Amino acid sequence: MSVASLVPSICVLALAEGSGVSATALMASLYIFVLAAFLGYQVISRVPPLLHTPLMSATNAISAISVVGSILTAGGKYSDVSKFLGFIAVVSAMINVVGGFMITDRMLKMFKDRIGGGNDSGGKEGR
Amino acid sequence: MSGNYLIEFSYLFASIFFIFGLKGLSHPKTARRGMNMAALGMLVAIVGTLLHHEIISYQLIIIGMIIGSAIGAAMSIWMPMTAMPQRTALSHAFGALAASLVGISEYYQHVVNDGAQISSFKMTALGFEVLFGSLTVTGSLLAFVKLQELIRGAPVTYKGQNIINVSLFVIAAGIFIYLIYDPTQSALFYVMVVLSFLFGILLVLPIGSADMPVVMSLMNSYAGLASAATGFAIGNNVLIIAGTLDGFSGFILSILMCKAMNRSVTNVLFGAFGSVSADTGQLVEGVMREVGADDVAVQLAYARQVVFVPGYGMATAQAQHAVRELAEVLEHKGVNVKYAIHPVAGRMPGHMNVLLAEANVPYSSLYELEQINPEMQATDVAVVIGANDVVNPDARDNPKSPIAGMPIIEVDRAHNVVVLKRGKGKGFSGLENPLFFKANTGMLYGDAKSSLSKLAQAVQQA
Repeated sequence: MSVASLVPSICVLALAEGSGVSATALMASLYIFVLAAFLGYQVISRVPPLLHTPLMSATNAISAISVVGSILTAGGKYSDVSKFLGFIAVVSAMINVVGGFMITDRMLKMFKDRIGGGNDSGGKEGR
Repeated sequence: MSGNYLIEFSYLFASIFFIFGLKGLSHPKTARRGMNMAALGMLVAIVGTLLHHEIISYQLIIIGMIIGSAIGAAMSIWMPMTAMPQRTALSHAFGALAASLVGISEYYQHVVNDGAQISSFKMTALGFEVLFGSLTVTGSLLAFVKLQELIRGAPVTYKGQNIINVSLFVIAAGIFIYLIYDPTQSALFYVMVVLSFLFGILLVLPIGSADMPVVMSLMNSYAGLASAATGFAIGNNVLIIAGTLDGFSGFILSILMCKAMNRSVTNVLFGAFGSVSADTGQLVEGVMREVGADDVAVQLAYARQVVFVPGYGMATAQAQHAVRELAEVLEHKGVNVKYAIHPVAGRMPGHMNVLLAEANVPYSSLYELEQINPEMQATDVAVVIGANDVVNPDARDNPKSPIAGMPIIEVDRAHNVVVLKRGKGKGFSGLENPLFFKANTGMLYGDAKSSLSKLAQAVQQA
């Protein structure tokens, strides 16, 4: 995958030539992408199958960080159409931010290593 | 300028905490703390963004955040655990919708509204964002509709399906490449958006319910990649990092799911899967032996080791609590109880683990395929609860079977097998299961939940 996903990146690099985008900025983004991919592979392959459902909802919540892009679109110096699309985007991203973290916590709270014991920290509902 | 540094630092902080959060998920004991850290990172990043100098009006942002938070909170509080696959499919759709709307909005603003020129690089990023985003929106929504059983979960196939899908994809990709060279062709941009929406539907249409774990993982991956592309488009590093983590997580999960079904990754990536041919060319001989709850209860009560094998049927019957009650009665009688979890049991990765955890089953009694199979010969009774393909010995013994080579939980090696099943039908996959015809297999028909309660009562009296 990492090799396959490099191909479009290299194409992007070729396109950036002569289009006015600073090559340094583009390269920095690509470095971040590739390093995040390697790091993601290392971290996520250590997650046991036991926690695969919470993993999916957790990564989903985390990638809802796209809410920051939506916020800038909804509140920026944009046309009404763009702002409206940004508004819908804020709503959908926030559903994932709040819903994603809450339901992940609700699930994780249930995993106990023995009856009556476990990792419950007093039933306090996290954010 | 100092404000910008503050925002950039909030993003750096968020990125670090997201990674700590995922690292915490490597063990149930550290998982909650990790996710709280990730949530804190998210909070800091959002607050940081709100300080951005480009924001001129907060009205829409605040209203949107309130509505979104309310819906998200309501969904996570009242959604039953059995509906987790549906909720996850919906959240993939929401995440992808946010990404593709930001992409469309950026394009509209710069190209259509301002009539400005955007760089090929930005167009490429926007294109990936909108392509991945849109196909994930409709694909996940269709997955949701299938999981919710609003339409039949069976694969929908027609003649020339693959050709239509591939040509649709080629056309969309062709438009994309053209747009990179000439981003001003807004009509083509909209055609590309519509085609990706359509492609998402056509991609999921031929996929049956039993293959949903792979679809869920793939959609997870695409939604993440759409977010990462958003990061490239608007030059935001935390989006690239979070999106890539999500994209890779989904990709790793889809590989694991594929391995658990003995399908190749290419097979999955090109979407040509899910249509299991009904003709296996083999007839299973013999009769299915029906057993009563009382007989099974005696077997269970005098067993040394009992292994429960849950499948999607346990989820539909909401039987996870009844399983745990029966297990408790058995443990009280000194029986050793274990649970065997197949990676693709259920409709999404880890589905069974969550349901059993909900019913207070400690995770130390949940066993993975490789751990439990060597113990099967020493198991007196294996109880299959609404599972079918994952215990089908044909996968191991019959090279002609459509599921040949798929790793299974070898319940047929146990001394006795009891299969809890709603009726005599073939189940979702439409495959015959020779396990049901074996001499040491007893079939206990009826709703899994009431069967299990009956068993618990009978064991107590035995």
